[in-house]
Amino acid sequence: METVKLTIDNKQVEVPKGTTIYKAAKKLGIDIPVLCYMELHDLGVENKPAGCRICVVEVEGRRNLAPSCSTACIEGMVVKTHTTRVINARRTVMELILSDHPKDCLTCPKSGRCELQDMAIKLGIREIPGQEYAEMSTYRKDFSPSIIRDVDKCIMCRRCETMCNEVQTVGALSAVNRGFMAVVAPAFEQDLEKSPCTYCGQCVAVCPTGALTEVDHTAKVIRAIADPNKTVLVQTAPAVRAALGEEFGLKPGTLVTGKMVAALRQIGFDYIFDTDFAADLTIMEEGTELLDRLTRFLDGDKSVKLPILTSCCPAWVNFFEHNFTDMLDVPSSAKSPQQMFGAIAKSYFAEKLGKKREELVVVSVMPCLAKKYECQRDEFKVDGNPDVDFSITTRELAHLIKEFNINFEELPDEDFDRPLGESTGAAVIFGATGGVIEAAVRTAYEIYTGKSLSKIDFTELRGMEGIRSATIDFNGLPINIGIAHGLGNARKLLEEVRSGKANFHAIEVMACPGGCIGGGGQPLHHGDSSIIKARMEAIYREDAGKPIRKSHENPYIIKLYEEFLGKPMSEKAHHLLHTHYFNKKKDVYIK
Amino acid sequence: MIKVKSLADLKKMRESLQAKVDLREKGEAAENLVQIKVAMATCGIASGAKVVMDYLLEELEKRGINAVVTQTGCMGYCYAEPTIEVKLPDADAIVFGYVDKKKADEIIEKYIKNGELVDGIIPVNYESIDDK
Amino acid sequence: MHLLVCGGTGCRASASDSIAEKLKAELAANNLQDEAQVIQTGCFGFCEKGPIVKVLPDNTFYTQVKPEDAPEIVKEHIIKGRKVERLLYVDPAKKQKVEDSKHMGFYRKQMRIALRNCGFINPENIDEYIARDGYQALGKVLTELDPQQTIDIIKKSGLRGRGGGGFPTGIKWEIASKNKADQKYVVCNADEGDPGAFMDRSILEGDPHSVIEAMAICGYCIGASKGLVYIRAEYPLAIQRLRIAINQAREYGLLGNDIMGTGFNFDINLRYGAGAFVCGEETALIHSMEGLRGEPTNKPPFPAERGYMGKPTNVNNVETFANVPPIILKGADWYSSIGTEKSKGTKVFALAGKINNVGLIEVPMGITLREVIFEIGGGIKNGKKFKAVQTGGPSGGCLTEKHLDIPIDFDNLIAAGSMMGSGGMIVMDEDDCMVSVAKFYLDFTVEESCGKCSPCRIGNKRLYELLDRITKGEGTLEDLDRLRNLSHVIKDTALCGLGQTSPNPVLSTLDNFYDEYVAHVVDKKCPAGQCKSLLRYVIDPEACVGCTACARNCPVNAISGERKKPHEINPDICIKCGACYEKCKFDAIRII
Repeated sequence: METVKLTIDNKQVEVPKGTTIYKAAKKLGIDIPVLCYMELHDLGVENKPAGCRICVVEVEGRRNLAPSCSTACIEGMVVKTHTTRVINARRTVMELILSDHPKDCLTCPKSGRCELQDMAIKLGIREIPGQEYAEMSTYRKDFSPSIIRDVDKCIMCRRCETMCNEVQTVGALSAVNRGFMAVVAPAFEQDLEKSPCTYCGQCVAVCPTGALTEVDHTAKVIRAIADPNKTVLVQTAPAVRAALGEEFGLKPGTLVTGKMVAALRQIGFDYIFDTDFAADLTIMEEGTELLDRLTRFLDGDKSVKLPILTSCCPAWVNFFEHNFTDMLDVPSSAKSPQQMFGAIAKSYFAEKLGKKREELVVVSVMPCLAKKYECQRDEFKVDGNPDVDFSITTRELAHLIKEFNINFEELPDEDFDRPLGESTGAAVIFGATGGVIEAAVRTAYEIYTGKSLSKIDFTELRGMEGIRSATIDFNGLPINIGIAHGLGNARKLLEEVRSGKANFHAIEVMACPGGCIGGGGQPLHHGDSSIIKARMEAIYREDAGKPIRKSHENPYIIKLYEEFLGKPMSEKAHHLLHTHYFNKKKDVYIK
Repeated sequence: MIKVKSLADLKKMRESLQAKVDLREKGEAAENLVQIKVAMATCGIASGAKVVMDYLLEELEKRGINAVVTQTGCMGYCYAEPTIEVKLPDADAIVFGYVDKKKADEIIEKYIKNGELVDGIIPVNYESIDDK
Repeated sequence: MHLLVCGGTGCRASASDSIAEKLKAELAANNLQDEAQVIQTGCFGFCEKGPIVKVLPDNTFYTQVKPEDAPEIVKEHIIKGRKVERLLYVDPAKKQKVEDSKHMGFYRKQMRIALRNCGFINPENIDEYIARDGYQALGKVLTELDPQQTIDIIKKSGLRGRGGGGFPTGIKWEIASKNKADQKYVVCNADEGDPGAFMDRSILEGDPHSVIEAMAICGYCIGASKGLVYIRAEYPLAIQRLRIAINQAREYGLLGNDIMGTGFNFDINLRYGAGAFVCGEETALIHSMEGLRGEPTNKPPFPAERGYMGKPTNVNNVETFANVPPIILKGADWYSSIGTEKSKGTKVFALAGKINNVGLIEVPMGITLREVIFEIGGGIKNGKKFKAVQTGGPSGGCLTEKHLDIPIDFDNLIAAGSMMGSGGMIVMDEDDCMVSVAKFYLDFTVEESCGKCSPCRIGNKRLYELLDRITKGEGTLEDLDRLRNLSHVIKDTALCGLGQTSPNPVLSTLDNFYDEYVAHVVDKKCPAGQCKSLLRYVIDPEACVGCTACARNCPVNAISGERKKPHEINPDICIKCGACYEKCKFDAIRII
């Protein structure tokens, strides 16, 4: 590899050609402050618009200061990273950015984990000269079911744009207007609801300020718990337990299932249930649907479409309802685990309690923002009463735990309530990319072949690669499986399917990079993808430690079918556990 | 149908085109051929060059003067738009500025017909590439 | 015979009107009115030696003529045919009198290379272009020179980019030629955006083929078969003429495949810009052409490495291209003999502002601002005093009296605190307030910033706000320091050329007119009398006769007083509309 030698702050360093000054300095342990810059290494994503100009450094012989994040090292370059010229420029630029930023830090949802706030502290900003007569750029606040855009706080770092366009290929967010009024927004400054936004929340996950935040439902949850006439159920998604600990300073990848249950109980939820239970149920329905389609397909039924696509991920559902309107009959009709849980909780479990569905409040804790939107969909309501009342994120849960003054680390491990708290290892791995299809294969294989699996771990389906494929031998029948995570990868895979290039029987898609563990509602990883990997390991660790690891062996699932649903894909199951999709192609129009 | 197939073609074409222009300039092509160029860039048009051009075309025909009126680009005298260049046989080209219909009429009557100069001449104040 | 009397404003100020009168009278007295006519002309561009009288047909050129010279000119020259020796122009180099102005071509300060065909040929007729050596340069490079030899000619000529940056064109071509790729592009930047500048538009409207020919030459040099002209949609006539020209060139086989039988393929397409100033920056221009938001990106990579569609791309401005064919035909030595040591050739300027001969000029590099403004430009309008000249548009600076004798070239202008820019030149007189001028340009850059980088997006806005406060009398001395620091930081940190140069109007006015700033912030006065907030209308009690005209016309009833007694203006109510000032017949209203 060709390398170049340069001097940074009087220290020599040799780096591969093309390395930026910022990275070369890092190698020397020199910390150049960066604001708009973001690197998601394992996704191959680098956001370096060189827009904020905080990371500028002095390069000998250069007329002006150079943005270190995007200036490549040149042989013999002499760089100074912290001269008075640089410090003065950095401070002045920071003062400029702050002069156009609201100062409502006290009530800002990002306060305390705001990168702009951190930078202001780092650069020692104490006052903003001329603030009293400085005009601010202000915009309409945009409230969608999942995401709040308060772009008065946008600093044009463009990270959200990179996630939305390059990673997710959703194309909802881009820079609009020019000059002082330039801001990132949907086309024509429409509301997100009118844009192709899928609510995947990846923009929120990377926003350095309070410009993009989740809709906060914690107040509503507290009120519901406080209401003596309500029975409040909570369900927790598999990915939550692998990340929640990070909010309390635990090492990424620490599993906190038991502590989480204990905390939820302390907060006062009446029943602590597990979305994993519903994940097992999903496998029963989706796996059966897969086998049904597969058998009919192999028998020559031309009306059957393959591949079958998973439908657990609500952002993915939103994505194909907008982008692949010609393929709405391809995805599985199975509802997502969150919604299956809600439907069962407000029917089967309500019956058990002898309560009306209106008396129950179902809260879900999700790593996801699209879940907030999903539970508000009309088709998931009965007479206006939603199956799932509120969906809160991992971050919101962490906040509740802190607000309730619970010493999380000291909590004993507790267990979920029954019956909707029992789950298998197959359900846990829903949280990582490839997990849903692995869980489905475990069940479908045994049902199709009638044999017991000798090896439960399908490592060929795991990993961080954006698009993966594997062929599983179903007793002589090769089943081709495709996996994509990140909507950009999903688009690629789906386009291959549409054009007939790809030949898959089943495809799993997760909207977020890494799957739900990398969801938009998870603790902020600030671009460190090793955190996502650690969460993934935790998920598989939990699976490996479970006594039951195949969904169809979950005794409470078996009981649910016996007592209530009959068999998978029965009429009752169809009514409660399946859905259909809509053409939601959004035509962007000018107001 | 490609007209220029080689550099030689182009050179030949240039010779014949130049000859054509020269003939015109020497007044041999047609007796008393007057050449008029109207500066028709955005600045000229905005100040009324189109009106002047139409007027010239119409009036010269009406008055039986054999003239060629063409458009050209900006002569650079934006302060004096519309500007026109008039070249009489056997005379240097002369640029007139601030040409409106009235002025055009005066130019036709006095200069084109009788060779009498009229007010509003813009002296050429630059060196052309051909001068060197 | 004809006696041409210069009617340019400069000469008129020195009594050329009465020279004409006297000449007419003298001719009439001698009964010569039919033989010789007196004609008033536009400016000769020689105002320094005005008033000018030129006698036709012998081309005698008299300078510094006075009305009392009229009888002598008539008696000697018209009647006796003897030239008036003492009025003849003296060639300062040869110390000789010049009798025939045809032999004093050098008085013509302008030299047209890029504009060589503008105003000569019909731009919609390719034959006229060919008759004037059109496409000969392309033919020459295709048949006689290899790409590197051609690049060497351009390099040797010393041609530098005319869009503003002044980067050596030959080197730019060489870099693009050395980058290997399956496809390369030649882009002509016709996104002219400086306020008051129209050089490129005039070239495209007057001589579109010269740009087409040069683009093809460039394509041959760098190995590109595709050319694109990025032109703003606000230039409909230029677009129309360019389209006609491209079609004619295709018809003649001068664009397309196997041009002149040499196997070289090249064609040009148009791309329209929506008129954003920042899209004149080459990376932003390329993004705009790709259908993306018109925003600059960090360089490197330069377009020569990764440009349009990720392919090596050479971007040159219209005027740069227009210089190429003559360089090829007349040679690098000819071209480099014109201009200064580091800036060769000529430069087109659009003269505007408080100047008599507003227009498009092309002058050799090295000419002084004084020659441009006072000779070619005919001096300041209405006999006012020259105050400053803004070059380089919103990116340039304001130069003053003390800079007038600097030879204009890329480096000198930068050293003086301004820049060449694309060639806008706006002249200001004593009535122009320099703080307001800086504010005007900042208003423009605030409007035209793309908003990508914070120094430009927010910094320029803050500069504007500071200037606005100063013009309103709300500024402080501390604000002047802030202005300066902010300007330096913006220059130092902004992403592209727009932001890096946008504080120039502030810095150059701060440097050259600091007193005027101080007057605004300390004395709360605008010396030029332009900043409305700082003006005060008062009535001189001595001059006021109490006619009540002012009070009756005041729209806000700010004036009170008894009939026939001096009136008074209440400054708290006065909105400074100036109605009283216009109505007063006794000059009793003063603006202080």
